[in-house]
Amino acid sequence: MDQALSQLCETVRAASESRTPLLIRAGGTKDFYGNTAEGTLLDPRRVAGIVDYEPTELVVTARAGTSLSELEQLLTENGQMLAFEPPHFGANATIGGCIAAGLSGPRRVSFGPTYGGVRDFVLGARLVDGRGELLSFGGTVMKNVAGYDVSRLLAGSMGILGVIAEVSIKVLPRPISHHTLCFEMPEVAAVYKLNEWAGRPLPLSASVWYDGALYLRLAGASAAVSAARLQLGGEDFDNRQADAFWTSIREQTHPFFDGDAPLWRISVPSTAPVLSIDEPSLIEWNGSLRWLRTNRSAEQVRECARQAGGHATLFRGGDRSAGAFTPLTPPIAAIHRRLKTQFDPANIFNRGRLYPDL
Amino acid sequence: MRRAYEGAGAAGRRTRQSFMIRAMDSATPAPSSPAERSLPVDAIRQRSLVAALRAFLPEDAVLFREEDTRPYECDGLTLFRQLPMIVALPETEDQIRRILRLCHEHKVPVVPRGAGTGLSGSALPHHAGLLLSLAKLNRILSIDARARTATVQPGVRNLAISEAAARHRLYYAPDPSSQIACTIGGNVAENSGGVHCLKYGLTVHNVLRVRGLTSDGEPVEFGGLAPDAPGLDLLALVVGSEGMLAVVTEVTVRLVPVAQTARCIMASFADIGEAGDAVAALIADGIIPAGLEMLDQAASRLVEPFANAGYDLDAAAVLLCESDGTPEEVAEEIERMSAVLLAARATRIQVSNSEAERLRFWAGRKNAFPAAGRASPAYYCMDGTIPRRRLGEVLKAIQALEPKYRLRCPNVFHAGDGNLHPLILFDDADPDSVARAEAFGAEILELCVQMGGTVTGEHGVGVEKLDQMCSQFGRPTLDAFLAVKGAFDPAGLLNPGKVIPTLHRCAEYGRMRVHGGKIRFPELPRF
Ligand SMILES: Cc1cc2nc3c(=O)[nH]c(=O)nc-3n(C[C@H](O)[C@H](O)[C@H](O)COP(=O)(O)OP(=O)(O)OC[C@H]3O[C@@H](n4cnc5c(N)ncnc54)[C@H](O)[C@@H]3O)c2cc1C
Ligand SMILES: Cc1cc2nc3c(=O)[nH]c(=O)nc-3n(C[C@H](O)[C@H](O)[C@H](O)COP(=O)(O)OP(=O)(O)OC[C@H]3O[C@@H](n4cnc5c(N)ncnc54)[C@H](O)[C@@H]3O)c2cc1C
Repeated sequence: MDQALSQLCETVRAASESRTPLLIRAGGTKDFYGNTAEGTLLDPRRVAGIVDYEPTELVVTARAGTSLSELEQLLTENGQMLAFEPPHFGANATIGGCIAAGLSGPRRVSFGPTYGGVRDFVLGARLVDGRGELLSFGGTVMKNVAGYDVSRLLAGSMGILGVIAEVSIKVLPRPISHHTLCFEMPEVAAVYKLNEWAGRPLPLSASVWYDGALYLRLAGASAAVSAARLQLGGEDFDNRQADAFWTSIREQTHPFFDGDAPLWRISVPSTAPVLSIDEPSLIEWNGSLRWLRTNRSAEQVRECARQAGGHATLFRGGDRSAGAFTPLTPPIAAIHRRLKTQFDPANIFNRGRLYPDL
Repeated sequence: MRRAYEGAGAAGRRTRQSFMIRAMDSATPAPSSPAERSLPVDAIRQRSLVAALRAFLPEDAVLFREEDTRPYECDGLTLFRQLPMIVALPETEDQIRRILRLCHEHKVPVVPRGAGTGLSGSALPHHAGLLLSLAKLNRILSIDARARTATVQPGVRNLAISEAAARHRLYYAPDPSSQIACTIGGNVAENSGGVHCLKYGLTVHNVLRVRGLTSDGEPVEFGGLAPDAPGLDLLALVVGSEGMLAVVTEVTVRLVPVAQTARCIMASFADIGEAGDAVAALIADGIIPAGLEMLDQAASRLVEPFANAGYDLDAAAVLLCESDGTPEEVAEEIERMSAVLLAARATRIQVSNSEAERLRFWAGRKNAFPAAGRASPAYYCMDGTIPRRRLGEVLKAIQALEPKYRLRCPNVFHAGDGNLHPLILFDDADPDSVARAEAFGAEILELCVQMGGTVTGEHGVGVEKLDQMCSQFGRPTLDAFLAVKGAFDPAGLLNPGKVIPTLHRCAEYGRMRVHGGKIRFPELPRF
């Protein structure tokens, strides 16, 4: 174990003995996300660097503090990418924070091998648990069923189980060809069409509906993209403009995300009808992700999401007293508490960041 | 042990279905070593539990006489056998809940079971436990073609989902070779894979939601139809948990559209290392084939007389490389793949020109196991995964071990994922041959770990690979697995004794490997 890593374990061990709460914070680009946690700052960024990258293995192993842009740059140079297209939300984003937050971008709902969110691409991880012990889970190979899949569990764990020290992630070739189409249509029609298209073998790579327009990104073999363009019609979008557009969606710099109205992230089954709260919204992931700008109370928004068969997260702004995340059912909450106690017996990591009692 | 895979040799003569049934109810008593570990059943405890179960289950849903429980004594890994105290065959979730409550109250271990095709003994019964068969919960509850999902009971067969979805031009992508028999509950428990998984993902990537019961009978739901269910991703833990965290009672899977067309390239290589490099070259070129499978020379020679697939028997390795999509897309990809394969020193390539020809190419791969069963009294299938770049090296190392154990070991495997299936051919009537096969298998798994891989890519740890878990993981990680187990099942009653080796077991295994004192073949050199 190198020095940065053993120091990290030592810091955690000491905190555990003195029961000092720790707040894991790397780039701080996602401070806005989740509930507020308190504790002594623990910056894991000294544990950084690419450990192993062999493009033909489709795997990259990196220390958690590695900058996300640096990692993506390296992959781009080799014609590869993180298929889940993670948002950075700032120049300082790290791969550890990206995994811990578990947020995926537009390509999450795509066709073929690129389908999936952060958890779908995590192959292995090293974790410093609440005793300061370094644990290794999973590995660097594509298929691995030896033991429980704790590495995937870390995706979206918001740092409550431990400090992610290293991750191995499956990467994929960048598509040879991509193209964005634009259609004018109301929300109901867009959700209908998206679900219809997703049921056909089309090279869909991302979708957004906003303000009467549906944007569809196609990506894959050139022949597949051109065939789909012919089949689908719509207006062509200039490729450079299109790249900027998808980045603005991923990074939430699109005008929809401007202003102070609280931003809610509503997850629903893709075929869910138009939400009962009639306020500005933007739709992604073939209809399964609906962003909503509203000042309604958490109870109202959560009830609206529940009616649509999903759940709601207060993503930015607003009043967090009701919690950023939808409350868990009692048996699931009980499993959460036991997992937390097992991994972090002194309850030092990111107290309250995910749920008040974790 | 009778045969590692009871009836495998007959698979070619009977239908596959009958092979599966045979594998499940192999009633032959097990004369040799591992089976002797099996323990007797406590008759008094058995009687009182049977009575309690019959209060809410029909008579034929509670089995306890030896002739009735015998068919459940093993799964697809017949090396290990154990009679359960009781077998319960519930038909509803409510019955399962009551069974679990009762067992929880009386501290009776529960082992869930689907079709019993598992290859690692993870459905091996517990001598003082109840074997919970989910086979009667076999209804497809709904197919939502617009949302592209199917919601099914745990005992539904993998292939039945794709068959039911076919009229919507959709299918369930993970396709284990056992798909005609294995259940979705078993697939979830093992995170099963198949040829299509390279491109379309494993079980974990294709299951959206699992409903289940914890060991004390509490209903729980993991994941959901809406993405990113709140809280920790417990679904990721449940998939691949080998029936140790919850009993799966309902599963919603994602369906994907059926490709318009598919074509396959059959490529020959003069050297197994070059074939391994060709796999890497395809990936490096940015191609993710719809299937990428390899047979070494021993394997193609084994299957060719049986399958007439047209394999090049002079080649050191045959690679099957498939493309699917629109006709234009497939044409483009086949051209690219052919160029890469030729540049990677393929000595011959042949592209399927019709669906019949494509199926013929696959026929050999598909029949490799039955062919192995015909060529040898028995065979033992390993399941390690290694980094792709080490394929050639590992295959050569396995070949080099053949004389050491005096056994043949053809290889047929998921090359695209680096998931090996070495088939150790042995004679199950000869205890020495059996012991050599076991030792050979263990050494292959150790080799996979040393190469930076894993002891199991898709068949699970079960009871078979408990020792190798000690090599692959340090004690802190194994303890973390125990912690996960404890968080879901504090009483430790769900499928106990599988997957996670005890401290004592690892110490014993370590001693054996280090000091060699207890090695069964002291004359054989070890790593
Ligand atoms: C000929 C053959 C070919 C095979 N090919 C492949 C292959 O290509 N790829 C592959 O991955 N595997 C393959 N396998 C292995 C096996 O088919 C898979 O592991 C399969 O998923 C097991 O399903 P099953 O229903 O038979 O489960 P079982 O063997 O009955 O059980 C397997 C595990 O699942 C648990 N389980 C079963 N049902 C439930 C439930 N409802 N809730 C909780 N736990 C449950 C059991 O406790 C056990 O731990 C093959 C096996 C054979 C015999
Ligand atoms: C005891 C035993 C254990 C076995 N264990 C394993 C195992 O662990 N892993 C394993 O892979 N096989 C295993 N097999 C081989 C497997 O059982 C055979 O493939 C099976 O007998 C054929 O069943 P099927 O016709 O349903 O084939 P399928 O399931 O249709 O085909 C077998 C595999 O090849 C793929 N395939 C078939 N046709 C095509 C095609 N046209 N295009 C693309 N892909 C195609 C399928 O996706 C599938 O994964 C085992 C066989 C036996 C007898």
